[in-house]
Amino acid sequence: MSVTAAIVERPPPRARGWPRSRVIGYAMVGFWILFGLGIVSYLIFAWNAEFFAKYAPAYLKGLGTTLSLVCISMVLGAILSVPVAYGRMSSNRFLSGLAYCYVYFFRGTPLLVQTYLVYYGLGSFRTELQTVGLWDFFKDAFNCGVFAFALNTAAYQAEILRGAIESVPKGQWEGAASLGLHKLQTLRKIILPQALIVALRPYGNELILMVKASAIVAIITVYDLMGQAKLAFANSFDIQAYIWVALVYLVMVEILRHGVEWIERRITIHLKR
Amino acid sequence: MPSQNIWILLSWGPDGWIDDIAYGALVTIALALATLPIGLTIGFFVAWAKQSDEPSLRLAANIYTTVFRGLPELVTLFLFFFGVPILLQHLVRYFRPDATIDVNSFVAGMIVLSLIFSSYASEVFLSAFRAIPKGQYEGGYAIGLSNWLTMRKVILPQLLRIAFPGLENCWLSLLKDTSLVSVVGLAETLRNAYTAARVTKHAFLFYGVAAMVFLGLAIVSSFATSAILRSLGRREAQR
Repeated sequence: MSVTAAIVERPPPRARGWPRSRVIGYAMVGFWILFGLGIVSYLIFAWNAEFFAKYAPAYLKGLGTTLSLVCISMVLGAILSVPVAYGRMSSNRFLSGLAYCYVYFFRGTPLLVQTYLVYYGLGSFRTELQTVGLWDFFKDAFNCGVFAFALNTAAYQAEILRGAIESVPKGQWEGAASLGLHKLQTLRKIILPQALIVALRPYGNELILMVKASAIVAIITVYDLMGQAKLAFANSFDIQAYIWVALVYLVMVEILRHGVEWIERRITIHLKR
Repeated sequence: MPSQNIWILLSWGPDGWIDDIAYGALVTIALALATLPIGLTIGFFVAWAKQSDEPSLRLAANIYTTVFRGLPELVTLFLFFFGVPILLQHLVRYFRPDATIDVNSFVAGMIVLSLIFSSYASEVFLSAFRAIPKGQYEGGYAIGLSNWLTMRKVILPQLLRIAFPGLENCWLSLLKDTSLVSVVGLAETLRNAYTAARVTKHAFLFYGVAAMVFLGLAIVSSFATSAILRSLGRREAQR
């Protein structure tokens, strides 16, 4: 026992004095501290009770718009991603080609272009849409944002789903088949529970990306969090409009990131040794 | 309302808009290519700091990536585009009270995109750093190379090879993120498509063309990266 204890590898002793890396590190941390203090002192110095009273409720409303946009499009995207992922994995050449093109288009072009294509572009087909009765839906910028975001996230989520399902070894399918489960049962009871553990982190990343990307809808006149900030800045020329909004986004993203990490720790507890 | 022939609109010349969009595509490519070396350099050093033994360096690098990966690209761009002139103006006022400062949208876009690109690239570099065995460093030190030389001559060539596929993804999202700079008035692909759509009222057509330009750039870069990857693989095989 004592012998093994003697040859246990210990971490190297901490460097003493002031090696170059420590000087640089302290300088960098000092820079960040100064930067943070600068922002805090600016916000205190520029504290304007009138500004706050005027725009804080608007920001809250904008936050609600952002959250509902992200939630609705994530859910719609998740529903839409199932057939796309099915197409990607299908052995039918036509289906898989179609799904591949869908995914390639939505992952290969900027979300801003897709949003413009829906919001401004569909206006070119106004008479056609009016005859179908869809114009009232696409007249609203929020609906257009949800439409474009759902299509976009469906492409990403389909890839996540496909990757996760393909990460489950083939023996699991064969084992289930030999037990007499049919395909849907296998998928639901055997494959998905294992696949979703793999997919959790990518799904979390996708959610975070959507929260960040949702700022784009401010450009097509939706008053989400960013839209309210734009409005506040246009009215007041006060840069704190953007600083506050940056802080809110940062806090939101950090909460989501740590939440996903916490869930992942919880559901992989049986895999730890 | 739309009455003109779309083939005239899509022609090259004073009546057509394709030349404007092609010029915009050049600006898009220039912006992405100008961002790439800055972003790669910063990303490499941030990753180096993240895997160092010195806690303060790690802390500083982690704050950097947390901030720039956590902020929406658009918010970072607006903060920079509107905030920095105000800041600079305060500084310059001490010397020349009547000076006004405008930030060039190309430069603002380049700086903001480098910040964002580098924070994503640093994660790729970090996982590549972790894939390189410790013996490589020790071998470098053992033949008398300094810290910096070991990094440059021994680690970096292997690092780039391991990180390449991840960096390809970063490059593709950089290409897409350049479209955001159109919002602060840079005349790139999307901005010119926007102008064309406004003037001609053929919105779907021109945004479709812009989407095809971005798609084309993505396809070209995937060909380019697979060619680079093949040549890297060949050199690997020759050793």
